Amino acid sequence: MSILIQIAYLISSILFIVGIKKLGKTKSAREGNIYSAVGMLLAIAATLVTLDILSFVEIFVCILIGGSIGLYVSQKVEMTKIPEMVALFNGFGGLASFAVALSDYFLKTQSVDTYPDSVNAVSIIVSVLIGGVTFTGSMIAYLKLDGKISGSPITFKGQHPLNLILLIGFVVAGVLTYMNPGDPIFMIALIVISLLLGVLTVMPIGGADMPVVISLLNSYSGMAACATGFILNNNVLIVAGSLVGASGIILTQIMCKAMNRSLTNVLLGGFGQTVAGPAADGPQIIVKEIGVEETAMLFESASSVLVVPGYGMAVAQAQHVIRELMEQCEKRNIDFKFAIHPVAGRMPGHMNVLLAEANISYDKLIEMESINDEFPNTDLVLVVGANDVVNPAARTNPESPIYGMPILNADKAKTVIVCKRSMGKGYAGIENELFGYPNCLMLFGDAKQTITKVVGELKEM
Amino acid sequence: MNADSLIILIYILVLASYLGFELITKVPPTLHTPLMSGSNAISGITIVGALIASNEMGYGTLSKWLGMLALILATINVVGGYMVTDRMLKMFKKK
Repeated sequence: MSILIQIAYLISSILFIVGIKKLGKTKSAREGNIYSAVGMLLAIAATLVTLDILSFVEIFVCILIGGSIGLYVSQKVEMTKIPEMVALFNGFGGLASFAVALSDYFLKTQSVDTYPDSVNAVSIIVSVLIGGVTFTGSMIAYLKLDGKISGSPITFKGQHPLNLILLIGFVVAGVLTYMNPGDPIFMIALIVISLLLGVLTVMPIGGADMPVVISLLNSYSGMAACATGFILNNNVLIVAGSLVGASGIILTQIMCKAMNRSLTNVLLGGFGQTVAGPAADGPQIIVKEIGVEETAMLFESASSVLVVPGYGMAVAQAQHVIRELMEQCEKRNIDFKFAIHPVAGRMPGHMNVLLAEANISYDKLIEMESINDEFPNTDLVLVVGANDVVNPAARTNPESPIYGMPILNADKAKTVIVCKRSMGKGYAGIENELFGYPNCLMLFGDAKQTITKVVGELKEM
Repeated sequence: MNADSLIILIYILVLASYLGFELITKVPPTLHTPLMSGSNAISGITIVGALIASNEMGYGTLSKWLGMLALILATINVVGGYMVTDRMLKMFKKK
């Protein structure tokens, strides 16, 4: 029997790997997700078959509850809220591994009285740490993303020394648990410290850095599953857990690179607090305004258009009206594409999902590296709800806090129209040089209403 | 657990992580959000551990309750993760 379950787990692992491989191409991505789901189903079925099920009712009820919640959330969630959902699910994954580790610990120390061996004990301790940090950290990230607590960095004096002390405390309690596995007091200390560490490490991180944080927590949830695999001596947990762990780390690196920040810098937090001073002393930016009709005329006379969307566009729910704008332009044989910055949106790849939902073909969505050389040959760029990602200061001004960040070279186009509600600043809290450039025109107003009017004008032309 | 089986588990960890790095580096930015929600679902593999933990004898013991909690949470991840990923990928169309 044991060899059969091992073979089933092996097939599951292969299905996860092939699934992720297929997820790498837009055409086969959906199929890949199904492969991976089949792998999961097989792992669950194999586990159920080989366990002499003693508590069928409880297992069935738990699966029913979890399954209904999962189904409900997955069908109801709005695409703008996917980052919140991913944050929440990261937390659930962390808590699940945390609970499995504790379950194993209490089983071995209290019910059965066979103490965990050393590998087992170390795995339990590691699993409690990663699982606990993932759980509370993800909950804070969720609350920040959802606006239930302030997205601005919450810092206090002595924060970093406190985290260090807690970490040392964890190591000490871990060693004591290892030496006295039967005494739950040290395990309780481990639980409390790990949960506290999750809260304290995510609190100081600002809302703009959330794409990095969710990616990192995604990785942690995989590592927690992996640690659980070491506790239970289970290969499929280790394979699946390390795939997720690797995926999260790569996305974290990509996000850090896109914001020109080091991971340490993000984790220490507090970005965007100290930069308001120097920006205020800078030269006053004089902007030129443009109206709806003139905007429509510019679109009419352009032969190539690039749209730079930002999260502001999604907040204004302007993606559908931008698709109409695209249809108007395509009717006139105007080349119309989207230039997507890696941090457009609030999690990696978020903007693509939002535009796909608005029924925009994915071959129109071009990533930064591929599109940046096209800006100088583009007649018209429309920036909607984006700010820092088109600020030329990132290239030109070494004093700027965003200096060195890769940006979309919108300023190099013949004409740039920036659709914006007001002269407010972006996430980095700095002035955007682009707005004062001679080729830049400001179209003030709510993105959805203003662009609807532009589309209306175009329809009449 | 003896040293031999530990070393095998470490082999699996190292090779699977390396494979993960190689595969995921090739995923284009367009698909990063579905990749993340899909890996949410995969991290629900803890469900295997949760099933084992909630099947313990002795109704009502702490470890059983923890196992059942883990089972509910992991099922949310598995079902919710795969379904929402599918919902997103369905929207990616080329005209």
